[in-house]
Amino acid sequence: MSVLVYAEHDNATLNKVTLSVLAAAKEIGGDITVLVAGKGCGAVAEEAAKAEGVSKVLCADNDAYEHQLAENIAELVAEVGADYKHILAAATTTGKNFAPRVAALLDVAQISEISDVVDGDTFRRPIYAGNAIATVKCADEKKVITVRGTSFDGVAAEGGSASVENLDVVKDSGLSSFVNEELAKSDRPELTSAEIVISGGRGMGNGDNFEILYKVADKLGAAVGASRAAVDAGFVPNDMQVGQTGKIVAPNLYMAVGISGAIQHLAGMKDSKVIVAINKDEEAPIFQVADYGLVADLFEAVPELDSKL
Amino acid sequence: MKVLVPIKRVIDYNVKVRVKADNSGVDLANVKMAMNPFCEIAVEEAVRLKEKGVVTEIVAVSIGPKAAQEQLRTAMALGADRSILVETDEEIQPLGIAKALKAIVEEEKPEMVILGKQAIDDDNNQTGQMLAALTGMPQGTFASEVNVEEGKVKVTREIDGGLQTVELKLPAVVTTDLRLNEPRYASLPNIMKAKKKPLDVKTPADLGVDMTPRVTIEKVETPAERKAGVMVGSVDELVEKLKNEAKVI
Ligand SMILES: Cc1cc2nc3c(=O)[nH]c(=O)nc-3n(C[C@H](O)[C@H](O)[C@H](O)COP(=O)(O)OP(=O)(O)OC[C@H]3O[C@@H](n4cnc5c(N)ncnc54)[C@H](O)[C@@H]3O)c2cc1C
Ligand SMILES: Cc1cc2nc3c(=O)[nH]c(=O)nc-3n(C[C@H](O)[C@H](O)[C@H](O)COP(=O)(O)OP(=O)(O)OC[C@H]3O[C@@H](n4cnc5c(N)ncnc54)[C@H](O)[C@@H]3O)c2cc1C
Repeated sequence: MSVLVYAEHDNATLNKVTLSVLAAAKEIGGDITVLVAGKGCGAVAEEAAKAEGVSKVLCADNDAYEHQLAENIAELVAEVGADYKHILAAATTTGKNFAPRVAALLDVAQISEISDVVDGDTFRRPIYAGNAIATVKCADEKKVITVRGTSFDGVAAEGGSASVENLDVVKDSGLSSFVNEELAKSDRPELTSAEIVISGGRGMGNGDNFEILYKVADKLGAAVGASRAAVDAGFVPNDMQVGQTGKIVAPNLYMAVGISGAIQHLAGMKDSKVIVAINKDEEAPIFQVADYGLVADLFEAVPELDSKL
Repeated sequence: MKVLVPIKRVIDYNVKVRVKADNSGVDLANVKMAMNPFCEIAVEEAVRLKEKGVVTEIVAVSIGPKAAQEQLRTAMALGADRSILVETDEEIQPLGIAKALKAIVEEEKPEMVILGKQAIDDDNNQTGQMLAALTGMPQGTFASEVNVEEGKVKVTREIDGGLQTVELKLPAVVTTDLRLNEPRYASLPNIMKAKKKPLDVKTPADLGVDMTPRVTIEKVETPAERKAGVMVGSVDELVEKLKNEAKVI
């Protein structure tokens, strides 16, 4: 029995979420191989080889894989995956993009965003925006799975010494090509792995007002997120959206500022350890999930918080 | 060009679901059902492309129970020209749905298939990608912008780090993200007109596809509830609690 884990990276460094996928792989059991596909991604393969529990790293370094185009990656993974019983990827926009394609190529089901491993065939996953947890069992010989990173504590990044093998498989479908990319640049921690997240909602009023959140975030070393309403209103970019259809976060501390607490937003943050809500409406549903609630005007409370940290 | 828009009947997004006492699933008796919000966005995008003169015909398709005709009528009230229901009362899963859609694609030969990126009930986010794989089409998932050009389509995708634009050869599969557009409401005259638009009913057997579920649901449970919290009276109290009680700052 063996597990293939697809590494998430930007061609330079391994994304921490892969360590969580490795933790899920470890629970499934068996030998773990990591597949690194990209361009100039040798350093990523070296990094993956050091992760705890990895026995082998396969590195497919080619132009065709530079931008993680699903058409090419899926064919590669389907071919390499022939030798494995479980194929795991992170439930990121990269994993969600290619994993169902791999499953369809292999004529097997795909199991999305698992939050628990029961055994090699049985997994738990949230449905209905996290309002229900389904235990699902898959009868297929081979299982293609995406893993919710925040549900698994990552394995150690150091300590392993797996071998790295170069893979000469080039899959270039010619069906799609990369045009360009606009990536958000921020010195703050990444939203899905930050220890503290402060999110603003429609109550922030406009994009400039997010400045007061950034100030608090920088004092606490926190990442800044947002509700969909704040993103839709153009206050902040889409990559900051937390929720059912945005990013799933589970930090030690989540502060919701001027956010009402719609179920779609709660789906993205209710597994946080401690939740703080600041809202001027004492009836706001966000208070029902908050460990600490403060009924206040955020334009007074947030600057005061800033001054007291 | 012709566009195919698969739509799904789901629980209305405002409804908070309850898990059944016997843990066999969620209670869908007497709850409000609606078109999946991402599918509404898919229909809207197709209609806008038709208004721009890029698209000539929009075919909506759903796989599911007879009642899904309601959502197909809604799609036609919003601007779809005709629709197809693949009627089944069996449990269906993304791979089976993608196989049924592939059979429809082979009959209809659309140049683009626009689907929602995920259905808000099962949150799978799979069907479009699977259909693309089965038909050998390229895919533009999580689209926030779609521009059709000669023989190709440019899709801007919402990815974790920001936005990525890819170019796909047609025919192609596109799945919609929330910011692609804001769906219109159906007007009363259009709702009336939709009643007369053609709605074909087929069965999975007509399509000759095997839609047997590969995944069984062992049980469905309510997630652990959070314990009730406390209200604090001031910023000072909040800071004190976060430092000394919760110990998170
Ligand atoms: C298919 C679908 C998917 C969705 N996915 C997501 C998702 O992933 N993430 C997400 O967040 N939403 C999502 N939504 C949207 C969701 O339903 C809500 O509309 C959204 O979360 C509301 O954002 P909000 O709380 O910022 O805004 P509102 O609900 O408008 O709340 C604003 C809050 O700010 C408070 N406020 C205003 N001024 C102040 C002030 N000066 N001081 C203090 N408080 C103030 C108000 O009291 C209010 O509670 C989705 C919706 C659909 C249909
Ligand atoms: C406990 C449980 C019990 C279930 N029982 C039943 C049952 O008895 N009967 C039943 O019908 N389903 C049942 N389902 C639902 C069924 O499993 C889903 O329809 C299937 O898994 C599709 O997943 P998804 O909607 O999350 O797909 P996603 O991949 O998230 O959907 C993305 C897009 O694909 C398209 N799409 C998805 N489904 C359809 C469809 N049916 N027709 C046309 N387009 C579609 C839409 O454009 C949609 O926006 C059950 C699910 C659960 C969790």
